[in-house]
Amino acid sequence: MELERIIEEARLAFAGAETGDALEQAKARFLGKSGQITELMKGLGKLDPDARKEAGAAINRAKTAVEEALTARRDALKRAVLEARLAEEALDVTLPGRGETRGGLHPVSRTLDRIEALFRSIGFAVADGPEIETDFFNFTALNTPEDHPARSMHDTFYLLDDAGKVEENVLLRTHTSPIQARYMQAHVAKYAHLPVMPEIRIIAPGRVYRVDSDATHSPMFHQVEGLWVGQNVSFADLKGVIADFLRRFFESDDLQVRFRPSFFPFTEPSAEIDVAFMSGALKGRWLEIAGCGMVHPNVLRHAGIDPEAYTGFAFGMGPDRLTMLRYGVNDLRLFFDGDLRFLKQFV
Amino acid sequence: MKFSESWLRSLVNPALDTAALSHLLTMAGLEVEELDPVAPPFTQVVVAQVKEVVKHPDADRLNVCQVDIGGTVQQIVCGAPNVAVGLKVPCALPGAVLPGDFTIKVAKVRGIESSGMLCSAKELGIAEESSGLLVLPDDAPVGTAIRQYLDLDDQCFTLKLTPNRADCLSLSGIAREVAALTTTPARLPEVASVPATIVDRRAVALDAPSACPRYCGRIIRGVNAKAPTPAWMVRRLERSGIRSISVLVDITNYVMLELGQPLHAFDDAKLAGTVRARMAKAGEQLEILNGQTLTLADDVLVIADDAKALAVAGIMGGEESGITLETTDLFLESAFFAPAAIAGRARRYGFSSDASHRFERGVDFNLAPRAIERATQLVLELCGGQAGPVEEACAELPRRAPVRLRPTRVAKVLGIDLAPADVARHLANMGLEVLEEGGDFVVTPPSYRFDIEIEEDLIEEVARLHGYDNIPSPAPQGSLAMLSVTEDRRPVATVRHLLASRGYQEVVNFAFVEESWEADFAANTTPIRLANPIASQLAVMRTTLIAGLVENLATNLKRKQSRVRLFETGRCFWRDAGEPTGFRQPWKLAGLAYGGALAEQWGAPARQVDFYDVKADLEFLLQPLSVRFEKAVHPALHPGRSARVLINDREIGVLGELHPEWAQKYDLPLAPVVFELDLDPLTAARLPQFAEVSKYQAVVRDLAVVLSIDTPFAQVMAALNQGRPAIVQDVQLFDVYTGKGVGEGEKSLAFRIVMQDTQKTLQDAEVDAAFAQLLAALEREVGAKLRA
Repeated sequence: MELERIIEEARLAFAGAETGDALEQAKARFLGKSGQITELMKGLGKLDPDARKEAGAAINRAKTAVEEALTARRDALKRAVLEARLAEEALDVTLPGRGETRGGLHPVSRTLDRIEALFRSIGFAVADGPEIETDFFNFTALNTPEDHPARSMHDTFYLLDDAGKVEENVLLRTHTSPIQARYMQAHVAKYAHLPVMPEIRIIAPGRVYRVDSDATHSPMFHQVEGLWVGQNVSFADLKGVIADFLRRFFESDDLQVRFRPSFFPFTEPSAEIDVAFMSGALKGRWLEIAGCGMVHPNVLRHAGIDPEAYTGFAFGMGPDRLTMLRYGVNDLRLFFDGDLRFLKQFV
Repeated sequence: MKFSESWLRSLVNPALDTAALSHLLTMAGLEVEELDPVAPPFTQVVVAQVKEVVKHPDADRLNVCQVDIGGTVQQIVCGAPNVAVGLKVPCALPGAVLPGDFTIKVAKVRGIESSGMLCSAKELGIAEESSGLLVLPDDAPVGTAIRQYLDLDDQCFTLKLTPNRADCLSLSGIAREVAALTTTPARLPEVASVPATIVDRRAVALDAPSACPRYCGRIIRGVNAKAPTPAWMVRRLERSGIRSISVLVDITNYVMLELGQPLHAFDDAKLAGTVRARMAKAGEQLEILNGQTLTLADDVLVIADDAKALAVAGIMGGEESGITLETTDLFLESAFFAPAAIAGRARRYGFSSDASHRFERGVDFNLAPRAIERATQLVLELCGGQAGPVEEACAELPRRAPVRLRPTRVAKVLGIDLAPADVARHLANMGLEVLEEGGDFVVTPPSYRFDIEIEEDLIEEVARLHGYDNIPSPAPQGSLAMLSVTEDRRPVATVRHLLASRGYQEVVNFAFVEESWEADFAANTTPIRLANPIASQLAVMRTTLIAGLVENLATNLKRKQSRVRLFETGRCFWRDAGEPTGFRQPWKLAGLAYGGALAEQWGAPARQVDFYDVKADLEFLLQPLSVRFEKAVHPALHPGRSARVLINDREIGVLGELHPEWAQKYDLPLAPVVFELDLDPLTAARLPQFAEVSKYQAVVRDLAVVLSIDTPFAQVMAALNQGRPAIVQDVQLFDVYTGKGVGEGEKSLAFRIVMQDTQKTLQDAEVDAAFAQLLAALEREVGAKLRA
């Protein structure tokens, strides 16, 4: 009974200790040199061996119980200290983080990156060409001889030479199509040793220039040229690639795409491509997106490709327009204005 | 090409409503750009005649009119100044709804009852402005609905015709096309020859027969040039976008629209001798009808008489020989001019005309004789007079070579199998002359088509008639060769993304800039100038992207953006005779940083961005390429705060603070830090190479030295790297200090030195020796001493 009382007393004493020091003092009362358990132990020597053995075991059990109570209280106090510290260290996690903020790409770059990714996924490489272009590549190699009425479709920027006279043979390219001609020439030269020319599959994004400036025209704008030449490339393939591209680009399967006859000197047959959305602000309206067609035999011949053996299609689309439609931008001029309030929306 | 639907339907009337007709044209390649009703909707407006006009007793400006609206007479109060007894005018009856949702009711106007409203053209929505009532012709039938009388339920079509379809630059041509597309018969205007009633003739001659292989002319005497143009003709012209001028001019325009043949009428009294088509003499001058005086070149075709040039053939008539209201004798011209002889000439002189637009695209070379008869018929009918015989000179006309069409080629190009019978049917519907020859079709194009020369041209015709919509769009099939993904280059997109991740926003600026920008930011005083800039501030090609970014900064500051990070990639342009185009035009990358080093935030002290912040951005961007910075001088930059950037000892660009002079000139409160680099070297990347990772403990020692404040850090690093002991793995500068404790004109640099061996644990002696070696190198090379 005595031992039971001591254990109970110890538990109460430990529980009452609010600090580590108090707990150690309480411990001394039971387990210290003259603590109650220690005193009981000392008293064992006076007992006969049988009684000593029995009482010793009982005292030891009591000691263990007291020690357990002590450890439990120690742990609890330690935990309390830790918790107090943790509480003290708590942050306002809703405060903003520290450091650099992110910039972003131009919305048209975003579009060009996506166009590139989509066409790469079906094996189109990316080509580039000069922006000050020769008259030959911009027009002549594309079946548009001097004085061809199609030249008046382009309002071309020309340059002055150092003497102030108009340069005859160079201009700011009016479209990305000269890259077609340049690429085909280089491709033919590269694979001249092969019996069958490997397919040409490229897109060529770039900046182009026309003398035109109003709400829907910028004197500098973007185009993406596409070209696929091979032994069996048809108008149906052109329709398939473009329709697939537009549905992937706009991530919409119910997009309507139509091809209608048109004219470009460097394609025959030629088409304009219109899309119509099935929902949104522009629902149901046909929007012109690109020009395209089968590469004109004269253009193939100019590049040294036999039009009887190879056919191909080409297209030229306006990524600025695609960007406007994709993100709902209502003014083309915003793209070239450098306004951070606009550009930051595309981060 | 603009025209009225009702005119077209008088020639071909397929069972399609307006919208379906418009869709048909668009899908056949004759894109309908605009479709406008000639009048807005309104109801219950009739032709009325004013019978009596009496001043309103209580209003100065109002009249009380009695108006015959067809059988009954109504009292209508009218405020128009031109109201008069006997006039025929439109009258809106009670219950009429006029444009703008304006309902007419019986009402009292200043106490007098008014049962309707007499209308102006503006009130009916058929004119922008009008003064007073719309006065109708005397023969207008009273009581007839005005919509019917003026054909106001008509629509104006505007076609955006491609240059190959010159054959559709007339009502007849469009009718022919619609007939082919719908297999509806067309009723093209009947043209009978008008027999000569006088013998007067003027000789015509072809002096340049390849440029003008056919010329028809005819004298018509005794015409009344002041006769009114009939309302129906005025209406058709106006709905085609051509203003009525005088009856003779109107007739030539009308025939051009109807048949497609541009005509010209000379005042015969002003001609001398033979009319001839010849090349201009170089330098020959001619004042033309638009008031311009042209100095002609010898590749310009003119119409001349024995004395002088009269007109620029196929482009515009001369002022002197033209008809006037006083003209009584006409010389009418209807000719074929070869496209090559006309193309580009008008543009060269800075204008274009309806005639040049048609001739340079190609006018039916068999049309001239028919058109002159049609015009004669209209002149005699509307202006009276007597016609002489048609004089025609004809040389070799263009030949239409037969074009062979192989059904196999149709299949190859279009990717569909069309039955030969379908191909034949489509070609026949187009009115093409087709022969079958060994399974192929041989087509001789008609004189009005200038766009059918090769097999693909016919394939396009077949595709058009078949319908582009009816060609399938299968998923493409191709060879599955993989594209390469190189590791020693990185895409430009990666460079862009890295910069964006450092807080920079991409912009796109025009490649043509203000001339002063080139002078200020690139010291370029001989820029590449545009011949035809769109504005004076967009006049020269840029050689630097920095100027554009500075401009962007200025505009953004005006828009209250206080912290700005921008970059652009774009080409810059220099003359270079060594380049195939004559111009070197490399891609550049430029950036600009302005405002706080970090965006304003609670957790970091505010500090302005400086050179070293942006340098860190470049180092981040260029990793792991080995890049070096050297002090440099650049026209755009602060001379003490600018560096050239080198990779493998090749300069790839500059970095620095904008020159304070430009900061001031361009209204910037502080100078931004800018950089501009060649883009190509930035796309270099490095294929990683494995190196053994040491298992042994590294030893770290700090080394602090004092040296002259003027010694560039790069020299110190060079000294440390020269003969650097192999165990020294890394040397990091961690402190630069001047001030208390360091002598005047001196600075202290502190380095953390990491030493490690890959094969064994380092001994103290080795570490001490290496440390001493580094210190000795600093003492020897840059005069440094160990900091006490």
